[in-house]
Amino acid sequence: MSHSVLEVKNLSKTFGTHLVLQDVSLTVNPGDVTSIIGSSGSGKSTFLRCINLLETPTSGQIIFHGDEVTAPGFDAPSYRAKVGMVFQSFNLFNNMTVLDNCLVGQTKVLKKDKKDAQDMAMMYLERVGMAPYINARPSQLSGGQKQRVAIARALAMEPEILLFDEPTSALDPEMVGEVLDVMHDLAGSGMTMLVVTHEMAFARDVSNHVVFLSDGLVCEEGSAEEIFGNPQQERTREFLARYMAR
Amino acid sequence: MKFINDILKIITEYGSSYLTGAGNTLLLALIGTVIGCIIGFAVGTVQATPLPEKGGKRVLMRIVRGILRGYVEIFRGTPMIVQAVFIHYGMFYMGLKPAIWFSGILVVSINTGAYMAETVRGGIMSIDQGQFEGAKAIGMTHNQTMINVILPQALRNIIPQIGNNFIINVKDTAVMSIIAFMDLFSIHKSVVGSNYLYFPSAVLTMAIYLTMTLVSSVLLRWWEDKMAGDANYDIVNTKDTLAQTSGLYRAKKKEAKR
Repeated sequence: MSHSVLEVKNLSKTFGTHLVLQDVSLTVNPGDVTSIIGSSGSGKSTFLRCINLLETPTSGQIIFHGDEVTAPGFDAPSYRAKVGMVFQSFNLFNNMTVLDNCLVGQTKVLKKDKKDAQDMAMMYLERVGMAPYINARPSQLSGGQKQRVAIARALAMEPEILLFDEPTSALDPEMVGEVLDVMHDLAGSGMTMLVVTHEMAFARDVSNHVVFLSDGLVCEEGSAEEIFGNPQQERTREFLARYMAR
Repeated sequence: MKFINDILKIITEYGSSYLTGAGNTLLLALIGTVIGCIIGFAVGTVQATPLPEKGGKRVLMRIVRGILRGYVEIFRGTPMIVQAVFIHYGMFYMGLKPAIWFSGILVVSINTGAYMAETVRGGIMSIDQGQFEGAKAIGMTHNQTMINVILPQALRNIIPQIGNNFIINVKDTAVMSIIAFMDLFSIHKSVVGSNYLYFPSAVLTMAIYLTMTLVSSVLLRWWEDKMAGDANYDIVNTKDTLAQTSGLYRAKKKEAKR
């Protein structure tokens, strides 16, 4: 297991007296696509945000290639540069064009030169089908387009693992497809992904590991076939039944 | 008829003095606002920086913030006319011999800076938290986030307030006559001191101030529109290499301008 990209051990997070996550553990190996499912408020997003330190875990360990991320004095910015994140609300930089959004991290954080950064940005924008829009500003794009740019921005950093925090939840149904297509394609290319999602079909088809969180606890985890085909826990069955009934 | 004759008399006799005064007023307001904005950005940015979680740095930041807070409260809470006397004659008292322009710019700058600090802090707070998180998530440090993402957006949001401050400064630099700064109002005072044409000179002075502020308003609006960026964008057809390079060419031109 020493070759895992990311290992989370007994992660807990409290906001005040409210316990959001309790003893959550997870191992992510290279090329894994892990989906985290569960109802709203179950702690899925908080878990993901703890992983790249947007939230500080209350206790537990996060280990990235053997380095303890949660250790005091850890260099969070250079760690985050290797762990991409795609947000529910896109969070594209509103003061920059599409192209600049994909360049700024490369030039300022990775200190790459303009030419290389531009080639990299164009490659990924091409891949998500947003290359024609390099001169547009985020406010001029649709939600699905914004999210595809956000994915290209994350990819341009060449992260070792990509976190998705409900990437399609803010999109209308027509646009969900275009973003899921991109994610499908990425998963197929061997990208290591950790996806918090309400898209059960996507989780079932794409992930090789599924974690069902309930009230801040890992209620059940296993392969996609196990969780969706033959869930063991009553709570998991209830949750999935409600989704399938939709 | 007498009124028009008086006005014409003032213009023919002292016209160039009024223009010089107006020029000094504008220059003082402009320099004071620019330096004030720089002070405001520095102070406001420090005030909006989250405190480090641990030890020595946190204490240091607290002290720095306390001092800056004191600066803001003192210069926002006292009249600029009193600040002018306090600083200008204060320097003389301490054996310095500041030039009038130096004192004038100093007073207007630090007074504007105190207001701008709060404006900038408000501008930073108005930026969606997602912008900070987006920047953090690609590995930017706090300073990189501020410089590349937050402050450019905050600047755009506070342009109307910068304009406000500039227009206030055009008018309020009139109090600098107290330290014998030769602004427009000082000219008015010295002219009426010799010919007692209080009302005609006041009308002329009012008209010049109003012209300056109205022109400023128009220019500020133009700047605001310019900062809003293009309303349209070109679709770049990536199958067509010529179109693609022209798209990149525009992006490169923008970079070169920076």
